Amino acid sequence: MSISVMFKMLGEGAVVSLLIFAATLVFSLPLGLFISFGRISKNPLLRFVTKFYISVLRGTPLMLQLMVIYFGPYYMFGIPNSTSYKFYAVAIGFILNYAAYFAEIYRGGIESMPQGQYEAAKILGYSKGQTFVRIILPQVIKRIIPSITNEMITLVKDTSLAFTIGGIREMFTVAKAIAASQTNMLPFLFAGIFYYIFNLIVAFLMERVEKRLNYYR
Amino acid sequence: MGLLLKMEHVRKSFGDLEVLKDISLSVEKGEVVSIIGPSGSGKSTLLRCATKLETQDFGEIEYGGSFGLVFQNFNLFPHYSVLKNIIDAPLKVQKREKAQVLKEARELLKKMGLEDKEDAYPYQLSGGQQQRVSIARALAMKPDILFFDEPTSALDPELTGEILKVIKDLAAEHMTMVIVTHEMNFAKNVSDRIIFMEKGVIAVEGTPKEVFGSGHERMQEFLGKFNED
Repeated sequence: MSISVMFKMLGEGAVVSLLIFAATLVFSLPLGLFISFGRISKNPLLRFVTKFYISVLRGTPLMLQLMVIYFGPYYMFGIPNSTSYKFYAVAIGFILNYAAYFAEIYRGGIESMPQGQYEAAKILGYSKGQTFVRIILPQVIKRIIPSITNEMITLVKDTSLAFTIGGIREMFTVAKAIAASQTNMLPFLFAGIFYYIFNLIVAFLMERVEKRLNYYR
Repeated sequence: MGLLLKMEHVRKSFGDLEVLKDISLSVEKGEVVSIIGPSGSGKSTLLRCATKLETQDFGEIEYGGSFGLVFQNFNLFPHYSVLKNIIDAPLKVQKREKAQVLKEARELLKKMGLEDKEDAYPYQLSGGQQQRVSIARALAMKPDILFFDEPTSALDPELTGEILKVIKDLAAEHMTMVIVTHEMNFAKNVSDRIIFMEKGVIAVEGTPKEVFGSGHERMQEFLGKFNED
């Protein structure tokens, strides 16, 4: 196998990894926010359910969760697995898992807001929705950006766990396949470089976001 | 009768601690009322009930108009510029016309001596400037009555004067105000009526002359402590 063919295959793997990364962020960031609402809700049932959800998804391996989501429908309900479900299963697994972590980050941010901000908003007549969207959330986002960056960097590396479900041709799966068939360790080196550069970019972009939010304290 | 606030038999407890014991008071349009008293006497709780930040356990509170509140710690919105702090609620809550709101906001800033600060963010201002912004923010809502919760307590002593002057100017314009304060001389000079609270009740109430000359024992003790400081 020529280096150029290897690169082409790894490049396709990189695209799949990127897709998993993007899909996870786009859906788990808002989902996490809604879960955090449940976590701090006045309704004890909602609080319990979201707390239980978070504890299970944070307390068990993501790899296992991916397997349950992909194989579960077949083993539990006899629904046959289709190839097209593979990517969805991976995406759903990552989204549900990362939403649990993000929910706790949001909760920490929301609970760190001084009571005075709510009181000032209330006196000025803001509705609860306006208070959250206009006053609380922008400040929460600023506070939690460093933690979000941390999760994003973990997510870049975690995309490799998609190999658990065979047939998802993301970076790590491809590198492993080439390495095995060609008895060549180079693909792993390239995969390592890919993850590292990917994370350098994530860190760089997030640092810029952080700086942009530095216009106030 | 221009009654703007009427509290009747208001009681409030936190756990076993009864902080307000049967408080009745009313405020007329144009009146400046100062509430003084030792810490823990219930002044702030009274104000928080009057502004609906706390709900009283018993009693009625009636309003003859809208109200605003100036906090001890300003509670400005740090992510908004000075101007946006002032215009956001009139625009988004009261849905008033932008050109008019902007014009009034700039007039208020000028009145507060902050006309060059409209693009600044709260963290760039001194405590006294922040408190003036928060007064402007409250006034921009055109409240009928303005409450102050120890508006100078979080400020360095050399900055309290600028806030007290702003409040004095408002009093001269017949703004209705209820002020919880530890500034005795200020209360004496600016108020139409003074309420001395002690252990959750209104112990003495009347004109500054009546209250400061009342000879009420606990009141004299309280004032004595002030003079020692």
